[in-house]
Amino acid sequence: MTWLEYSVKTVPSGWRKILYLNWPLVVLLSAVAGIGFLMLYSVAGGSWSPWAEPQMKRYALGLAVMFAVAMVPIWFWRTMSLVFYMTGLGLLVMVEFFGSVGMGAQRWIDLGFMRLQPSELMKIALVMFLAAYYDWLPNNKVSRPLWVILPVLIILLPTFLTLAQPDLGTALLLMIAGGLMMFLAGVHWAYFATVISAGVGTIWAVFQSRGTDWQLIEDYQFRRIDTFLDPTTDPLGAGYHITQAKIAMGSGGWTGRGFMQGTQSRLNFLPEKHTDFIFNTLAEEFGFVGGVSLLILYVLILVFCIISAVQNKDRFSSLLILGIGLTFFLFFAVNMSMVMGLAPVVGVPLPLVSYGGSAMLVLMLAFGLVQSAHIHRPR
Amino acid sequence: MRRSPRETHESAVRISRRGLLLGSAQLAFAGALALRMRYVQVDQADEFRLLAEENRIKFELLPPARGRLFDRNGAIIADNEPTYRIVMVREDADDVDRVIGRLSQLVELDESDLNRAIEEMAKTRPFIPVTIADRVSWEDISRVAVNAPALPGVKTEVGLSRVYPRGDLFAHVAGYVGPVSERDLSRYEDPPPILRIPRFQIGKVGVEAKHEEILRGTAGTKQLEVNAVGRVMRELGRREGEAGADIQLTLDSDLQDYVKARLGEESASVVVMDTTHGDLLAVASAPSYDPNKFVRGISVADYAFLRDNDHRPLASKTVQDAYPPGSTFKMVTALAAMDAGLVAPDETVWCPGHLEVGGRRFHCWKSAGHGHMNLEQSLRESCDVYYYDLALKVGIERIAETARRLGLGESHNVPMSAVTSGLIPDKDWKRRERGADWVIGDSVNASIGQGFVLSSPLQLAIMSARLATGRSITPRLIKSIDGLETPSQAGADMGFNPNHLLQLRRAMFAVSNNRRGTAYGSRIIAESMRMAGKTGTSQVRNITAAERARGVTSNADLPWNRRDHALFVAFAPWDDPKIAVSVVVEHGGGGSTAAAPIARDVVLQALYGEDPPLDAYPTKDRRRIEAQQERLAREREARQAEVSSRA
Repeated sequence: MTWLEYSVKTVPSGWRKILYLNWPLVVLLSAVAGIGFLMLYSVAGGSWSPWAEPQMKRYALGLAVMFAVAMVPIWFWRTMSLVFYMTGLGLLVMVEFFGSVGMGAQRWIDLGFMRLQPSELMKIALVMFLAAYYDWLPNNKVSRPLWVILPVLIILLPTFLTLAQPDLGTALLLMIAGGLMMFLAGVHWAYFATVISAGVGTIWAVFQSRGTDWQLIEDYQFRRIDTFLDPTTDPLGAGYHITQAKIAMGSGGWTGRGFMQGTQSRLNFLPEKHTDFIFNTLAEEFGFVGGVSLLILYVLILVFCIISAVQNKDRFSSLLILGIGLTFFLFFAVNMSMVMGLAPVVGVPLPLVSYGGSAMLVLMLAFGLVQSAHIHRPR
Repeated sequence: MRRSPRETHESAVRISRRGLLLGSAQLAFAGALALRMRYVQVDQADEFRLLAEENRIKFELLPPARGRLFDRNGAIIADNEPTYRIVMVREDADDVDRVIGRLSQLVELDESDLNRAIEEMAKTRPFIPVTIADRVSWEDISRVAVNAPALPGVKTEVGLSRVYPRGDLFAHVAGYVGPVSERDLSRYEDPPPILRIPRFQIGKVGVEAKHEEILRGTAGTKQLEVNAVGRVMRELGRREGEAGADIQLTLDSDLQDYVKARLGEESASVVVMDTTHGDLLAVASAPSYDPNKFVRGISVADYAFLRDNDHRPLASKTVQDAYPPGSTFKMVTALAAMDAGLVAPDETVWCPGHLEVGGRRFHCWKSAGHGHMNLEQSLRESCDVYYYDLALKVGIERIAETARRLGLGESHNVPMSAVTSGLIPDKDWKRRERGADWVIGDSVNASIGQGFVLSSPLQLAIMSARLATGRSITPRLIKSIDGLETPSQAGADMGFNPNHLLQLRRAMFAVSNNRRGTAYGSRIIAESMRMAGKTGTSQVRNITAAERARGVTSNADLPWNRRDHALFVAFAPWDDPKIAVSVVVEHGGGGSTAAAPIARDVVLQALYGEDPPLDAYPTKDRRRIEAQQERLAREREARQAEVSSRA
């Protein structure tokens, strides 16, 4: 067993583990969550209900989950990777048949006390399983075609299941996160270069075919892509949301319009102001200063993860920490790009800030894994 | 599974390297996000700030109070009165049906209005107030206000609406207002936003329409903060509008009232014009209609009654109808002839009762003939043959020119609707419009105001004012706007030979003061008030040879609508003219019997400013006049009482 290689004596045990937690990370996470509470209080018109209070409770639960996960040695979680991945796949299949329909897509299973979104869980399970796979795989086989195809299958399986919900955003995130895990594990450059150029080539071909005899997709699909890429072409439909979001953000200026003074969010011009577009409320009320502060907090979380990963000599641990940091990055990067009008609206929440239960719990669970890897690192 | 330490070290280095590489890429992306934030929030902040304000701030227009109309003495003609309406806000009324049930016990609600309101409420957003009942009485509004706690969601609103306290008295002059129609909007290339105010009233006819811009005023604005679905959150600011300017008319409501009463049931019109400034003192067309009905939206039955009435109450006969002026045109022919030097006042013409012209026989009204006639005699006795003879000498072109100088054939600038220009025919006109050459018979007909000649009562009043003064006086209906006096319309001397005018005035004086004058029966005997005038009787039909043979020429034997129009033009006092008057009684019969008596009463009323003393009338008329004065006074009082009770 690999953990025998660790100098077990130096790994803290019992309650002493708490001292070895990555405390700066805990503080940063709490700071981000705190900003979330403040904004949820604001968008509710200066009220703890209906959003801020449940969110705080969930964060408390999330913290508890994080600590609990952190206490358990990382090698236990590694052995559980396959189980998690298979469970995730099973749930994704289940959601196809028993899932509740929300926003036109089957996304969650109602467990009674909470709604479980298997795709959320899958993001972590996939990262865990890939980390475990590359931990197991001898170093010299990493770039061999057969051993490259296997992780590709591991990635594509949940991707297709998510796509079937249909949840294009999450499917893309899974694929990107999986691909980058392979990159981190050291798969040869050539594979990535091939895939990327093939992808770009295909897209180029599709767009080139527009209006010619050999058009590859239908006209209405092109139009859908057009509004997807540039919502301003449809100012009353899809464009309305993004236009209002940009107005909210832009009207904030340097220092914002003041706490609870954002007209765009207060008067409901801003859509989804407590979930996907909560960043715009922050940007409207606290301006550029507020927006950049949150961005800096996110970046710091990322930096602490990378430092922790680089310091960790255990292959599984460092891959896992980097993978979770990457997932976290993808969350906030996609959300922010989307609400700033840089990316199409795909429905990705702002991590730890947007109102939402399972996303937050899954994220805290993931950071629990990061903490466990940090505590139980070989010294 | 075991792993050699070297392998672990090697892979750890690679993972760290790639991890740092990816981490740098992530940081770079975060930097890009920060730059984007800077671009949107700092560089474009002003633009987006403006858009945010546009989103949340809605301007609502506040209707200005419409300028009022007054008569020359400050009596109100058109006023604004508060109107009340009951509105309902669906979201505030928990149970719409129950609240409406309660409301209908308090106030009588119109079934169809109610159904429309309920339908509208179901369609609009729950916070939008929907009108349930409009123009609700003050009593009903009070009842609703008292019961407010039992009527959640029911509110009362107040607005201003036009009201004409004198009812039908000024309908044809002042006109009326009504809701803005598509046609009103289509008149503008870019309709001003004020017209979009709900329930906004716009002038439809008369002074209300002609001076719409002056009376309208400018709208105020209310700045409201609204949310994404349009609910008003709060009022941010308010700028009051400017009320429209008040307009004072030159009309005298007492005189107008008297004229209306004096005309009674006739289909007639009277214009009284002041000869110093051209002020129109009375412009009456009978019968009239109640403009208030149009403001509220006239019922189909009421409108049909007005439209189908053969006395045409909707027509503003004083300016919009043109009649053959008949013998009142003879002054024009005479003046044209004198001006051309073709006739001297004492030259005579022999009237055998008819004149043969171009193989056609033109009759004088007196078939036995008048014998030798000079100017004064011919006008006094209204001999037609004298003027046939003049026409043959002077020709149509000179007659037409003189007519135009006297204000006929021209559309005068008074702010009333459908002001006609009448018609003064000449050779060009006939060729152009009728495609035929002018024949001598046309001149003969025109010389006595028949044939093609048409003029409105207003033009006839102007003609007699110009004959009375020698000045090119024009009518003035607006005395002042917003307290600012409009210029006098006295006009300059027209350049007629004063002697010729004097001869005409003398002749007109003889018409109503000489024993042989056609209007001798309607003379005034008060020395300083004596009237000069001219009767006119214009044929509505041609008397056929068969009729002449049968002797059916008496108007009384004909159905009303085929009888002759009776006309009279006058000015008084004859030697120092202060007023000019024209009277037209449609199908009234003869000018001397139907029109002249009205003119005399109106002249005296205007000159005295009240019921004239009976000794202004000839002795034998006094008893009848006294009874008439009493009857008309009673009528006017009754109407006045009605007005004050309405107010």
